[in-house]
Amino acid sequence: MELLWRFLIGGTAVSAFALLADLLQPKRVAGLFSAAPSVAVASLALTLHQGRTEQLAAEAAAMLLAAFAFFTYAFIVERLLIGGARPALLSTLGALPVWFVLAGAAYWLLRGAGP
Amino acid sequence: MILHFTLGGLRQGHWYEYALRFALGGVMTVASALISRHWGPLVGGLFLAFPVIFPAGATLIERHETAKKKRAGIDCVRRGRKAAAVDAAGAKLGACALACFAAVMLGAGARSSAWTLLAAVIAWAGVAGALWWLRHRHFPERWFKARRELG
Repeated sequence: MELLWRFLIGGTAVSAFALLADLLQPKRVAGLFSAAPSVAVASLALTLHQGRTEQLAAEAAAMLLAAFAFFTYAFIVERLLIGGARPALLSTLGALPVWFVLAGAAYWLLRGAGP
Repeated sequence: MILHFTLGGLRQGHWYEYALRFALGGVMTVASALISRHWGPLVGGLFLAFPVIFPAGATLIERHETAKKKRAGIDCVRRGRKAAAVDAAGAKLGACALACFAAVMLGAGARSSAWTLLAAVIAWAGVAGALWWLRHRHFPERWFKARRELG
């Protein structure tokens, strides 16, 4: 039941940010919402609701480094697409390993820094 | 350039695109909870900044832009891909703001409350808006070039 709630709240949060991106003009602003904290808001709100605040700092630290992985991923996707030679789906999915490698490095760093 | 709301953007989309985003968001929220439960909050936290919506969003933008140009009699897929590249450039700024969101949550740590979450969302919106404005103000030629190319 808890997972169903998570699914509904996560889906609603992502849809709300997507709707906001569609409503805003000029359309170039919509890109900002591709990196909106929609999943984070849903997940952290449920974590707070359940009173499991002790794990929030670890989640936030990991998210902070993963955001830089997202930045690098978006930079690479922009470079792949700017020439117009590669399709968007191929470029965005093809660059995903970059995020996983950087996120892995972030985990390794944080695990080393932890108690 | 003034930001404003318009219902025109909704006419471009289809219901299944919102359904796809809803499903992806729901699945990612469940997945991050399961990952956090099995491998701990460090691994789960990483997936709070996973680009789950971005590939679908960029693909839809490419499709919309290509269809728009096709309706205007221009059969060129490159324009759609360049529109997706502009979306990726925006995502870079959004990712920087996402780091600020995480920093606010990290700063509050175990003392976090619903107000902290609200402050983090406001920080994201403020930083994202400020970065977009700075980019637009100081590097306008890149935006204008992209806009000219998109028509």
